[in-house]
Amino acid sequence: MTDLRHLRSDFPILGREMNGRPLAYLDSAATTQKPIQVLDAVDDFYRTKNANVHRGAYALSSEATDAFEGARAKVASFINAGGPNEIVFSRGATTSLNHIAYGWGLNRLSEGDRVVLTIMEHHANVVPWQLVARHTGIELVYLTLDDHYEVDISGLSDLLDERVKVVAFSGMSNVTGTLGPVRALVDAARSVGALVVVDGAQLVPHAPTDVQDLDADFLVFSGHKMLGPTGIGAMWGKPERLEEMEPAEGGGEMIADVGLYESRWAPVPHKFEAGTPPIAQAVGLGAAVDYLEAVGMERVRDHEHEITGYALKRLADVPDLTVYGPGDPERRGGAVSFSLADIHAHDIATVLDEHGIAVRAGHHCAKPLLRHLHVPATARASFYLYNTLDEVDRLVDGLLDARRVFGLNA
Amino acid sequence: MSALDELYRQVILDHYRSPRHRGSLKGPHIHAEGLNPSCGDEFSIDLIINDGVIADVATQGQGCSISQASGSMMTEAIIGHTPDEARALTDTFKRMMGIEEGESPLDPEKPGSVLGDLEALQGVKKFPVRIKCADLPWTTLADALDRSDA
Repeated sequence: MTDLRHLRSDFPILGREMNGRPLAYLDSAATTQKPIQVLDAVDDFYRTKNANVHRGAYALSSEATDAFEGARAKVASFINAGGPNEIVFSRGATTSLNHIAYGWGLNRLSEGDRVVLTIMEHHANVVPWQLVARHTGIELVYLTLDDHYEVDISGLSDLLDERVKVVAFSGMSNVTGTLGPVRALVDAARSVGALVVVDGAQLVPHAPTDVQDLDADFLVFSGHKMLGPTGIGAMWGKPERLEEMEPAEGGGEMIADVGLYESRWAPVPHKFEAGTPPIAQAVGLGAAVDYLEAVGMERVRDHEHEITGYALKRLADVPDLTVYGPGDPERRGGAVSFSLADIHAHDIATVLDEHGIAVRAGHHCAKPLLRHLHVPATARASFYLYNTLDEVDRLVDGLLDARRVFGLNA
Repeated sequence: MSALDELYRQVILDHYRSPRHRGSLKGPHIHAEGLNPSCGDEFSIDLIINDGVIADVATQGQGCSISQASGSMMTEAIIGHTPDEARALTDTFKRMMGIEEGESPLDPEKPGSVLGDLEALQGVKKFPVRIKCADLPWTTLADALDRSDA
């Protein structure tokens, strides 16, 4: 067992009780808890370095800029980017995907062009493309999941032609834990010269990520899903893609010169960062990256494999429970969606909440996937480096109590 | 009784598993649909009003036990009543749940005397995030009645 229990004391909130029971936080796919190192970094920034960045002619502003740009360098190194200028800070994965759809898609796609997505995309990688489609008349094409909850790439070669201009897909489903077939999709996109966009919101926090190996054009992720603050995320882009992409937002900070009718943009990455950026949040994300690197992303991944494997094994013993996702813990992520008999997901979540266990219930911002699975809602437990096998046992006990409450034999 | 057992009383589970007046009506005088976008719960209602009385009602929907049981109990409570009586019942229900301001009219000495089975939904009050589940059918009904000017 990759024992990371000693890390729990770094997370103040994990010491809390919920409904009279110790909190078992099993909703890290929605947002993660924050270690004291991140909280301190944000606090210290506001206490000692706070000033606006990139424009003050005084020492404090320079310190704030160094802290902000230092965080960019840490994030770049975390995913093995070519340099800090390949990292664009944004509000999170959703904003990053909107930047790509509007800044790249709207300017470079036209009627008849196709964007290939998978049925397991989060709404953040669906709706922005639908908005582009409204403006341009592009067509969205979806790959579905097979019976083993893997992305079905059997029809991929038939799909590929010169109309396919973008292949955009999730690195890991936030519902089923399915891993995006990165190699197959990148190779397919390359064969027709299409842009590759990887939604790494559930991937980057949970496994070592190397954008050189990935060979995508864009990778997006959110800070708050990897121990960092809310309101900060990143878009990595290949330098040539970032150069050719237009800004989706205009304002201060992103310009080189502004005239009455035309303006020129600041160099990458600042041309995509209009307005005062989330400075303290970026500093917090830098601290989160430091924390994850100190633990080691291989250990994070191994720990999640073990805990997910244990959860799949224990859940298989709960009568009438269906898991929606791949069975092999080595080939999936730690988001485990399930249904239990005729008990609605919200009712499951309420019973578990009474046991101090926080799980998600609903459509998980992935309605196309839930329709594909023919289920209106699922309950979802998701794991991170601070979760323990004991919490999985408590989850199973809570589910057996849900059966009792609903008059089903345990 | 624990808060959980009070929430999921037998009568609620019964209405959840065997919802009354389920389905749709041919040629309804009023049709309305309600949606709880945050959780995805759906509820729709058909009403037939004859001689100023709700003569028939049918509902469809999907969602948690609380929203679906609340809707099932609602159908039994409004059928045979006038739209004005159904509106008054809606107000009474919303006051019981703390959704609307006002004195709860319930008589603790005689449980069930005012709202019948619906009083079993009082257990939801201890779960604030679930109150909107119980409310969905009633909001849909209010919308239906508003629309009809019945």
